[in-house]
Parts: sequence; structure tokens; C-alpha cells
Amino acid sequence: MRSTARAVSGLFMLAAAASASAPALADGEVNIYSYRQPFLIQPLLDAFTQETGVKANVIFADKGLGERIAAEGENSPADVLLTVDIGRLDGAKQLGITQPVVSDVVNGNIPAQFRDPEGHWVGLTNRARIIYASKDRVQQDTITYEELADPKWRGKICTRSGQHVYTIGLIASMIAQHGEAKTEEWLAGVRDNLAHKPTGNDRAQVKSIFAGECDIAIGNTYYMGKMETNDKEPEQKEWAKSVRILFPNAEDRGTHVNIAGIVLAKHAPNKDNAVKLIEFLSSGNAQHIYAETNFEYPVTPGVEVSERVKSWGELKPDTVSLAEVAKHRKTASELVDKVGFDNGPSS
Amino acid sequence: MTFNQTQSGSEKRWKWSAGLLSGVILFPLLALAWIAMSPVGDIWGHLLSTVLPGSFATTILLMAGVGIITIAIGVLTAWLVTMCDFPGRRYLDWALLIPLAVPTYIVAFAYVEVFDYTGPVQSLIRWLFGFQSARDYWFPEIRSLGGAIFVMSMVLYPYVYLTTRASFLIQSASLLDVSRTLGATPVSLFFRVALPLSRPAIAIGASLALMECLNDIGAVTFFGVRTLTFSVYDIWLNRSSLAAASQLSLAMLLMVFALLWLERQGRKRQKFHSTAAAKHKTPLRFELSTGWGITALVACLVPIVLGFVVPALLLADQASRRLEDIFSETFVTTVKNTLALASVASVVTVAVSVILAYALRLRPGNKLRSAVRFASVGYAVPGTVLAIGILIPLATLDNFISSQTKAWLGFGTGLLLSGSGVGIIYAYVIRFLAVSYGQIESGLGKISPHLDMAARTLGRTETKTLLQIHLPILKPVLLSALLLTFVDCMKELPATILLRPFNFETLATTVFSAASREAFGEAALPSLAIVLVGLLPVIFLARTSASTFRTKTSNRKGPTAAAVSA
Repeated sequence: MRSTARAVSGLFMLAAAASASAPALADGEVNIYSYRQPFLIQPLLDAFTQETGVKANVIFADKGLGERIAAEGENSPADVLLTVDIGRLDGAKQLGITQPVVSDVVNGNIPAQFRDPEGHWVGLTNRARIIYASKDRVQQDTITYEELADPKWRGKICTRSGQHVYTIGLIASMIAQHGEAKTEEWLAGVRDNLAHKPTGNDRAQVKSIFAGECDIAIGNTYYMGKMETNDKEPEQKEWAKSVRILFPNAEDRGTHVNIAGIVLAKHAPNKDNAVKLIEFLSSGNAQHIYAETNFEYPVTPGVEVSERVKSWGELKPDTVSLAEVAKHRKTASELVDKVGFDNGPSS
Repeated sequence: MTFNQTQSGSEKRWKWSAGLLSGVILFPLLALAWIAMSPVGDIWGHLLSTVLPGSFATTILLMAGVGIITIAIGVLTAWLVTMCDFPGRRYLDWALLIPLAVPTYIVAFAYVEVFDYTGPVQSLIRWLFGFQSARDYWFPEIRSLGGAIFVMSMVLYPYVYLTTRASFLIQSASLLDVSRTLGATPVSLFFRVALPLSRPAIAIGASLALMECLNDIGAVTFFGVRTLTFSVYDIWLNRSSLAAASQLSLAMLLMVFALLWLERQGRKRQKFHSTAAAKHKTPLRFELSTGWGITALVACLVPIVLGFVVPALLLADQASRRLEDIFSETFVTTVKNTLALASVASVVTVAVSVILAYALRLRPGNKLRSAVRFASVGYAVPGTVLAIGILIPLATLDNFISSQTKAWLGFGTGLLLSGSGVGIIYAYVIRFLAVSYGQIESGLGKISPHLDMAARTLGRTETKTLLQIHLPILKPVLLSALLLTFVDCMKELPATILLRPFNFETLATTVFSAASREAFGEAALPSLAIVLVGLLPVIFLARTSASTFRTKTSNRKGPTAAAVSA
């Protein structure tokens, strides 16, 4: 029995050793819970560490981090939460795990429309939800979201799931513009125009255009950059070559944009470093890295988009406030179910 | 076990430790129940009138499809490798387990690559018939319910295979031999003797496969198959109602209970004790004629090719473009993390299962039985939801300890358990208890109570009886439980990703972060590593477990076998 006990305790020590990168509470560190993938933020964090000497620790997960901070309560090691989508930024505020960012630097760098009025979240980059159109089969140079419900597109549209945060954001912006009833009608129209039921991710939709399964697809801009520069899977460059980007509603209210952003945790143990990080991420330097490596749009005025992004055309962002869009997310999600969007075309 | 009328002290200790353990394991489910009690507003009316009936139907179809295919493949191949002799049998014996090591969502991805428009199959069709685009011909869509059933069945059938195979091996050879002398043909022996005898084992394997298919989120999202689990995440993330999501998760648990209950009702009056004591002779194998032998070989190869070879080739192709990553320091650390967590967690899980199953054998009380049953269904709860259920009790305990030390000693301890390896191991034990408990319970059930009585009469305590009598007999079952749990822990994603400490990666989380940025090529190397690392224990344990069943005298090939197969 004793040897069994020893073996078990030995194994436990092994496990403890495996998780030795314990919560870092010492000075000179900042603890990041991130819904954004490590590779996206690593170049920025490296630059931050180089500039300030503050070490950045990261936990990445795709969901549940807000709930984790809430459960950990006042002993939570989290300093900031990085996330995409206005819904999640606002959700963090609703969960009560945030505190306002008080910084003149941040307020100076980030225009007010990209910040929570009370300072509970700060937007860091913009991503536009655009239309990928087949170079061969689509002649028109302009398009609107409203037009996607036009029967002329019957069987020609591809998109990912209606319940994905990106789609929800777009539908919520339609509700903000047209109201619930009209949006429902529109969404049912788009559903009937789908080539097949929504599956896969944004890149898969472009691949479907390449394959001839559909003519237009809804997607985020930066995937174009990722496909165009993918040396490891050169076939994706071919997919990208088969499409061009149309910025919807360029001639009226502008294209739907969503943000990626950051919140300051309520019980941040390294609050000073956390604010330093947020200030750094809002700076021109960091915004430039975002633009160059991830093909996103900077939110800080005066920071240029990358050459590649520029080559896709000019973005005119929809000026509706993101806080307003966030309010309609729940209704948007309900509409997706109501019209059976994810079941695909009814015929 | 009621031969001992008065409870001894040691028996009480068993009962109490089992009660305590199941309590600890039940905590997260209770936490979910607690979350589920918060008000959810009018969410259900809307969901019931829109997607829920469809999600329910989809889930039932998915489970039915996966259930039928995994049972068919698992039982057939298990029968072939244990009861028939044909070329390659000895290798297939363990090779049939390999697909288990491949994470479902990776196989899903691989098959999209294979059957997609740009994949080899459709390219070949276009080349052969001169089609120009996808609109010129019809091709079944892999991203569909049918596709999901296919992909999941190909990686989940080993659960049924492993449990059924163990059952065929442990079935008293004499029983099968007697049936044969009484004129049973291979077919009737299979349907009238071996299959009914193995029903509990098949049920355990199939219920594991079904629970895993019920809680899957990666493959179903990728395939656009709207299951109940998809709805759970949808409700939580898009409707911002963790309470309603917990309610739906718990309702799904009830569904699992209903299934398990139905199955148990079906064989309520049957008892499965093996009459032979410790040594099992391998039953005589049917020697198949060349034609049938090749048929058997092909039948066993098909699931291996579909569940492992095809995805592995694709992964290998992608990984070969990035071989330099192997030597990176992070990759080595990642492999170490994965191995450490999976080995500790699988040993703990099996130990907990043994304690629970043995305590129930000693004092089969109804309260304890229900607690244990509840405790072993964590497997069916969608992973991230369960992870949140785990976070709550852990963090509450941490915060309590910290506030106490602050009050009495003047400093807070911060978070000790949550956000450490302990939290992840706790999660693994809860998630995969079902995987090992079912096998160990049924293995113990096969040991005749006469053995306990004899051991006790000869002066062994309960604990000594377990250590000296039961565990040695159970060795093959323990090994297979250990193996399954180990492989499952290695693949586990949702709890690992949410509960992990800072800057901590396992192979599964590495696969995930690559997959989540839609860079499947980069997921290839760590995926392949999961498969390869999972392969080693599969081979090792499968060989050991097969040899422990075999005694020296069992390799006889008598004239009877030849006569039957002729």
C-alpha cells in the first residue's frame, strides 16, 4: 500500500511540475486572458516587452474566459481580457468583470465611437464584413447587404453559420438600420439565395467560389490577406485569385465593421502594467503591427493600412455606434433560428 | 454481496470513501444545477418553437447512426480477431484500436479535404468525365449529418471493439467449446452464445461512443450539423444565458440516463458471472478458408484505413511541410505537458473507478449506486460547460482558503487549485470516469462472489481481497481502462483549454489554436503527435492485455476447429 501511495504522490508532483508556470503575480508582469489566438498577438506582446520590460503571460481559449474571471473573483490573476467582437466586449461588461480604463493616452488614441462610453472596453482594430465575388461570374462593381436578398442571387451565395459571432454582428447591424421585421424578411431572402446550407469558415466560402459552387460569399477582409500570403498552403493563393472584394453599401451608410478590443479586469493584480499594455496597443506603433501582420484596419487615426489591404479598395465604415449593434445581438440570434437560416435554402 | 451480515469497520471505510469520492465528482454537476436555477426569461418558448425540435431530431439521428455503425464494426471486428484465424490477425488485434487516437475534429477536417471539390476524389471525377465546375455533377456533401455519422463512427468504433473484445476473451472458453461440441456453427455461436453474453460490454462501449458523439462540438460545427450541443453553446454565447445553456445540458444528461436505464432494464434478470476462476483459456479459433480469411482481413482493414490511414496520410503530408517545428523547444515542452497530465489523470481515474466499483460490490446500497451512476456521466456534458461547472467549486474553495489564511496568518494564498494542473486533472477524472468505471464495474461483476467468500474465509480483509485477488484477475480490464482514459485525456480539449495555467500548452490545445485560426496545415504536426503518442500505449497495452489472457496451453489447434471451419 505504501508503495502505491508513494507512486501516486510522485505522479501528483509530476503534474505539479508540469503546471509549474503558476499564476504570475510578481512585479514586471501582465496577465492576459485572450480570445484572440496567440500568434496574432505575440508580435505585439514581444514589442511591448521590449519597450517596457514587462513580461506578458497568456491564456488563450475560445470561450468561457469571462466566466473564469467571474468565478476566480477577487483572487483572479487576470489583468486584461482580449477579444474580438463587440458582443463579447459588451458581454464582459455585463458580467461585471471589468473596470473603466482611465487613461488620457488611450482616450487620445482611440476615437470615442470605438470605446465604451464608460470606458469598460476599448476597441483596438477594425474588421470589415465584406463580399467576396467571383472574378469570372460577377460583373458588378458595387453591392449592398440589402441586395443579398434579391432573387437574382438565387443559389449563388455562400456563408458560414448564421450563429457565428461575425454573422450575428452583421445581422444586428441590419436590425439597427431597418428594424426587426424588415431584417427578418431580408434574412429569409438571403437564406433562399444560399447555394447550400451554411458550413465551414470564411476561407471555406472563398474555396466554394473557386470551386464554382457559388458566386459570392460573405466574409471578413483579413482572410484575403491570409490566403494571398499563405506559402505553406499555396493552393489558397489560387482560391484568393478567383475572387475580388466588394465593399457593401459603399455608396450609402458604409460597410459593417466589427472591432477587436480589450477590457481591464476588475481585480487586475497588475493594474499599472495592464493600463500600460492598453496604452501600448492603442499606440501608432502597435496599430501598425496589427495592420501589417494581420491585415486588419487600425482604429487610431493617422495609422495607414497595409499596402495589401489598400489594394482591395477603400473601406467606408458604417458609422452606427457599436454599442447600438451590440444591443441587437440577441434578437439577431433569435432571427437566425426563426427563419431557419442554418438549415439552408428551403427548396 | 450480502454474505456478510454485519458491517465491518473496513467495509464502512470503503463505503465512506466511495461516498466522498462520488461527492467530489458530483460537485461540478451540482454547480451547473445551481447555475441552471437562475432566471432565463422567455428563452425557451422561442427555442422550442424554432430550432430545438430540429436539434433534438438531428441529435437522435446522429446518435442512432453512430450507434448502429460503431456496434456493427466494433462487434464484428472483435469477433473476427478473437475467434477466427486469418492472415494478419495478430496485428489487426491492436491496429483496430488506432483510430481512437485521432481527434474527431481532425478526422472531420481530413475528410472535407478528401471529398471536397478541390480534393482528390472530386478532382478525379472531373478529370474522368470532363466536368468543368461543381454545378455540372452531383456529389454527396461531406459536410452533412451523414458525413458527421461517418466520421464519428470511424473514430469511435474502437470503444465498442475494445470492450467487446475483452468480453469475448474473458468469456469462458469452455462455454464456447461446449456450444461447439453441441454443434454450433460459427454463425450460431456468434448470435446465440457470444453476442448475448457480451451484451453488457457492447452496451458500455456503445454508450461511451454515444456520449462522446453527444458532447462533440468541433466536428458538428465544422459540418454544420445542428445538434443539441451546438444549441447549448449557441444559447450560452449568443443569447448570453449560461443558465439556459446549463438547463439544456442537464436535460441532455437525463436523456443519457434514460438510455442507460433502458439498456439496464433490458437485461435486468441476467447475471454474468464467469465460472472459471482466474485463468481464461483462449477459445479455439475457427480457421478460415483462404477466401473467408481474406474477407475477414479486408473487413478489419476497412475501418483502420478509413479511421486512421486516410487522415494520417493527409496529416503527414501537411506535417512534412513543417518538420522543423518538431525540434522547437515549445513542441518538446508541449509533448511533456501532455504526457504528464494524461498519465497522472488516467491513473487517478482508474483508481477512483476501482474504489467506487469495489465499494459497491461490498455494500450494494441504492444511494451509493445512484451517486456513482450520476458521477460517471460527466462525459456526456458539453466540455466547456462542464469546465465552468468545475471552475466554480474549485475557485470558491481557493477563495475560501485564501480569505482564511488572510484572516489568520495575514497573507492570502491566491488561487491554489484553479488554474493549475490539479484543476485539469480533476476535470479529466470527471469527464472520463465513465470510460474506465463501466469497464471495471463489469469486469468485477464477472468475478464470481464465491472468490470473495473463499478469500474472506481464509482471513483476507476486504482490502487484501481486492489487492491480491481481484486486481490481478482484472489486470486486462484495468489495462484497457487505463489505455482508453489515457488516450481520451490526451485528446481532451475544452476543459484543458479553459482551465489551464498561463503559457501552458498541450498537444490538443496546440492543434486547437492552429485550427481556430483556420490554419489546419499547422495543426497537422501536433495532431500527428497525438496520434503517434497515443499509438505507443495502444500497442503496448493491447499486446500485454492479449497475452495476459493467454495461457501456455491455449494455443492448441485441435481437430475440432479445423473440422468446424472446413
